[in-house]
Amino acid sequence: MAKLKFYLPVFGFFVIAIVLWRGLSLDTKTLPSMLIDKPMPNFQLTTVDGNNVSNADLPKQVFLLNVWGSYCLPCLVEHPTLMRLSEEGEIPVVGVNYRDKQNLAVDWLLENGNPFTFSILDESGRFGIDLGVYGAPETYLVDANGVIRFRHVSVLDETVWQEQFLPAIAELRAEGG
Amino acid sequence: MIPELGQFSLILALCLSMILGTLPIIGAYRNNFLWMSMARPLSAGIFVFLGISIAILAHAFLVDDFSVKFVAQHSNSLLPDRYKFTAVWGGHEGSFLLWTFMLAAWMLAVAIFSKSMPLEFVARVLGVLGVLITAYILFMLATSNPFDRIVPLPPADGADLNSALQDFGFIIHPPTLYMGYVGFSVVFAFAMAALLSGKMDAAWARWCRPWANVAWAILTLGIALGSWWAYYELGWGGWWAWDPVENPPLITWLFGTALIHSLAATEKRGVFKSWTVLLSILAFAGSLLGTFITRSGLLTSVHAFASDPSRGLFILAILGIAIGGALLLFAFRAPLMKSEFGFDLVSREILLLLNNVILVVSAASVFLGTLFPMVYQAITDDLISIGPPYFNAIFIPLMALLSLLLAIGPLTRWKRTSVSYLVEQLAKVAIAALVLGVVIPFIVIFEFSLFATLAAMIASWIILAMLQDFANKTGNKSTRLKGLRSLSYSYYGMQVAHMGLAIMLIGVALTSTFSSERSVLLSSGQNVELGDYVFQFEGTTPINGPNYVGEQASFTVLKGGEEITVLHPERRVYLATNTPSTEMAIDAGFLRDLFITLGEQKEGGSWSMTVYVKPFVRWIWLGALFMTFGGILAAADKRYRRLRRRQVNVGEQQNKSKSLGGELQPSS
Repeated sequence: MAKLKFYLPVFGFFVIAIVLWRGLSLDTKTLPSMLIDKPMPNFQLTTVDGNNVSNADLPKQVFLLNVWGSYCLPCLVEHPTLMRLSEEGEIPVVGVNYRDKQNLAVDWLLENGNPFTFSILDESGRFGIDLGVYGAPETYLVDANGVIRFRHVSVLDETVWQEQFLPAIAELRAEGG
Repeated sequence: MIPELGQFSLILALCLSMILGTLPIIGAYRNNFLWMSMARPLSAGIFVFLGISIAILAHAFLVDDFSVKFVAQHSNSLLPDRYKFTAVWGGHEGSFLLWTFMLAAWMLAVAIFSKSMPLEFVARVLGVLGVLITAYILFMLATSNPFDRIVPLPPADGADLNSALQDFGFIIHPPTLYMGYVGFSVVFAFAMAALLSGKMDAAWARWCRPWANVAWAILTLGIALGSWWAYYELGWGGWWAWDPVENPPLITWLFGTALIHSLAATEKRGVFKSWTVLLSILAFAGSLLGTFITRSGLLTSVHAFASDPSRGLFILAILGIAIGGALLLFAFRAPLMKSEFGFDLVSREILLLLNNVILVVSAASVFLGTLFPMVYQAITDDLISIGPPYFNAIFIPLMALLSLLLAIGPLTRWKRTSVSYLVEQLAKVAIAALVLGVVIPFIVIFEFSLFATLAAMIASWIILAMLQDFANKTGNKSTRLKGLRSLSYSYYGMQVAHMGLAIMLIGVALTSTFSSERSVLLSSGQNVELGDYVFQFEGTTPINGPNYVGEQASFTVLKGGEEITVLHPERRVYLATNTPSTEMAIDAGFLRDLFITLGEQKEGGSWSMTVYVKPFVRWIWLGALFMTFGGILAAADKRYRRLRRRQVNVGEQQNKSKSLGGELQPSS
């Protein structure tokens, strides 16, 4: 019996290896949110600027909901794309400042530029949990009725925009007429 | 044509690796002298061919050969030459080639500096490494060949190296980190060779120790360089973010730190034998896990390379065979390993054991935190995220406990130490540390914070206990200087590395507690105050770099009305990819860093910017440098060299007697 304890490490490793193998087959980038085709969760929060905000303040058209944080380095990578989208008026972008500090978020926007119509402040991460956020950055496509239609995990660059978002949006706009 | 030679050279290296992975190991079993003695020249051959391979890839970068896919993806004709050269490790394929080349370099080093070990053992060590390097080269040729071409129409120009990588830090951080990482494969190979031979005495620990120390020292340096680079390049003023890709080097480092301590106990006292073997497997597993995470696309992160699931599967297979096989071999052999001596409840063995327990628990917590989101998702299909609060809550108390015990360790004796002796030695030290801990932060910063006070107490505790130990060890010599001279390099190495931890502790605590920052909009001529400093904005001038354009700002920094420095942060746009990038300006100092990042220009000509004052931030990396130096000092200890000379003499005598026997044989 005493000798069996030396098999514990190899057994533990076996378990971890299976988890890693399972992890490989999970595609975190296109994993659909549980909320696809469901309305945005209700919220009653403040924006990064300190104004009250709730579902009623969301744009009444197709818009992007982008999860970001000042600690998030990939957010800087996708930032130029978001800036272009909002500056060229292609689509409104609402931010969710996820698990961040308000002052850091304000500084980040000041320093890098603000592509967001407004940013919902989610310091506790509670709203993020309701949304099913994996981590920043993450972008949701929400339709005019406030229903989540598409989700993209990780950086939203021009390629992703062209290849995934534009077709999805075209479809939505066609539906909405 | 030339890149094909690179690939050909890679294939030749593969062939040699396959021979190295088989013949010497079989030779060691059958006691075939010829097969065993092939290990050293084969290692040298692999080093040469991988060297040719990587040199050819570097050449392709320098001559802008964009028909090579890897070059086209990671370089640009405008890129300065030094970055063209380092772009070799700017992506997955090339960096894996560098990783493999580094392993070959370690193998060559083992082949050269192993005269003191029996040939049978060297053959097994190099043979195990041969198996590993075979897997690595196969992986490269099968899934990530850096010499793949774009045919028939190569692009006119390359896509450029990621602008965040065009920096001095990128030139030195990855090679150093890899060198340290790969070093633990050598330690692993030593442990495997011991398991394969079935001779579980303390000899392998003695042979292995200098290698483990050097690998650990280089890994420490590599991690510190990464932290320093992130601090000044990524522009958020942080030095550690618990990023999923930062964590595996830390896990490896924690296992490695446990390992070098446990090796000491195994070598000197013949205890913890199977535990030490297990740790060397775990440290190596940490380094493979790092490779797996960055290259499989398992987790999304800044460090992650463009990924491909087939690569992930391949690395997982390597991980499974190497680590699974090693652990299975361990399970077969471990019951053979018996500790030679007992020890009391208060003894150096026990303190080393506590050190190991704390380090392994820390490593396991970091591992869990890194993979938990994925595990959770795999089980429940639900999603969660784990952030720095989890890591800080677990890691900081564990490290505080470790630091408290660290001061006591060197004062205790092997086998048994009386409690009253320790109390006598440490009572004054404890009181002085309490006083200094309260006083130091007040003198240096004029502020109070519990965290800083505790850290200063622990740091004083470590350093004062160390001085006490020096006093004990030199007290019986006629002069102190003589006493100091009589101490060994490995003793100094240990104390220097321990002092490094104290220094790092102070740096971490004071930076985290007393840093301040302010974000403002300034027009030329305006200023902003932060702490004792006034940052005066003097305006901007346009600049033209080799592959970017931008604006350079100029700040005069004043303290008490006197100018202390002028800083020039920049805002750049890289031409090939049109990506903006900010180059911060730092005035580094022993007691504080001043740090400015430039944001965007707003309407009306004012600029957004953030200024930071970061006290004692340099101490974090200074501490790491002390640890690195300590590790190398310990590896340079005389007794390893003396040992080698003695063994060489013995070896020569044996050879003589053998040859004598050879002469006698025909007549018998």
